[in-house]
Amino acid sequence: MISPELFQQLIFYVFATFTVGSAMAVVTVKNTIYSALFLVLCFFNTAVLWMLIEAEFLAITLVLVYVGAVMVLFLFVVMMLDVKQAKASQLKQSYTKAALLIAAAMLVELMMLFAYKLSGQIPTDELIRQEAGYSNVAEVGMELFTHYVYPFEIAAVILLVAIVAAIMLTMRKREGNKQLDAAKQININPAERIRVVTMKAEKGQGQGEES
Amino acid sequence: MSLQGYLIVSAILFVISMAGIFVNRRNVLVVLMSIELMLLAVNTNLVAFSKYLGDVQGQVFVFFILTVAAAEAAIGLAILVVLFRNKKTLEVKEINELEG
Repeated sequence: MISPELFQQLIFYVFATFTVGSAMAVVTVKNTIYSALFLVLCFFNTAVLWMLIEAEFLAITLVLVYVGAVMVLFLFVVMMLDVKQAKASQLKQSYTKAALLIAAAMLVELMMLFAYKLSGQIPTDELIRQEAGYSNVAEVGMELFTHYVYPFEIAAVILLVAIVAAIMLTMRKREGNKQLDAAKQININPAERIRVVTMKAEKGQGQGEES
Repeated sequence: MSLQGYLIVSAILFVISMAGIFVNRRNVLVVLMSIELMLLAVNTNLVAFSKYLGDVQGQVFVFFILTVAAAEAAIGLAILVVLFRNKKTLEVKEINELEG
């Protein structure tokens, strides 16, 4: 039988491999829809990784907010806009070599940082597992609604601003729109609304019946 | 499975997404996706440090980063839609001028 620790390590390596692999696919696949779907896969795998270290609230938030909202928005935009597929000639003239060089240099630097510079400062001990009945949601919520309640309100305002900005950016006037202008309706005064016309009484077909 | 594993995974993710921004010369949408991947890598770092150091504040920050990133994605995509309406393309090479 495998011990629980080994099992956790196994899960970590499997899902970390999937995360990295799907991230590679996001940036290399030609079709934009496929790369959006690979990004969804990457988010799911990362959510599993977060759940593995008992950050359940954020793992579920990642799935709900990112996969449920942001990636659906991405897919919607990808399908709405008629994006042409990349041709091979376009890919050739790109800066692949420079990008790989920069990426490799940065990866080496980061690994050096973790392995040598910070090796004494990064905690090496295993994660302290919480006992049964511990609620990650309650812990994060306590912190969020006590110490961070003002930033929380500001985050809400940022979301509101984002809604208004996104709607205003994408809204367009259509031809033949019968919509009334609300500002004009409010600003009207009674003098403009009723026009009193003085005129002589009509003498026409109704005359014979009255007299 | 120690903190190092998480740090290495998120470093690799970050580097991949950065290379993706450089490599990608066709489509602004994929550049936006690469930025989302970068944010994911940073968030993974924050969550891992928060759990291994026993401090909840890191997770609260991840929550705020998720909020702001969602707003950023919405506005970025709205700008892309407007851009596509005006220029009929999303290729990086064709939209490199101001006042187009």
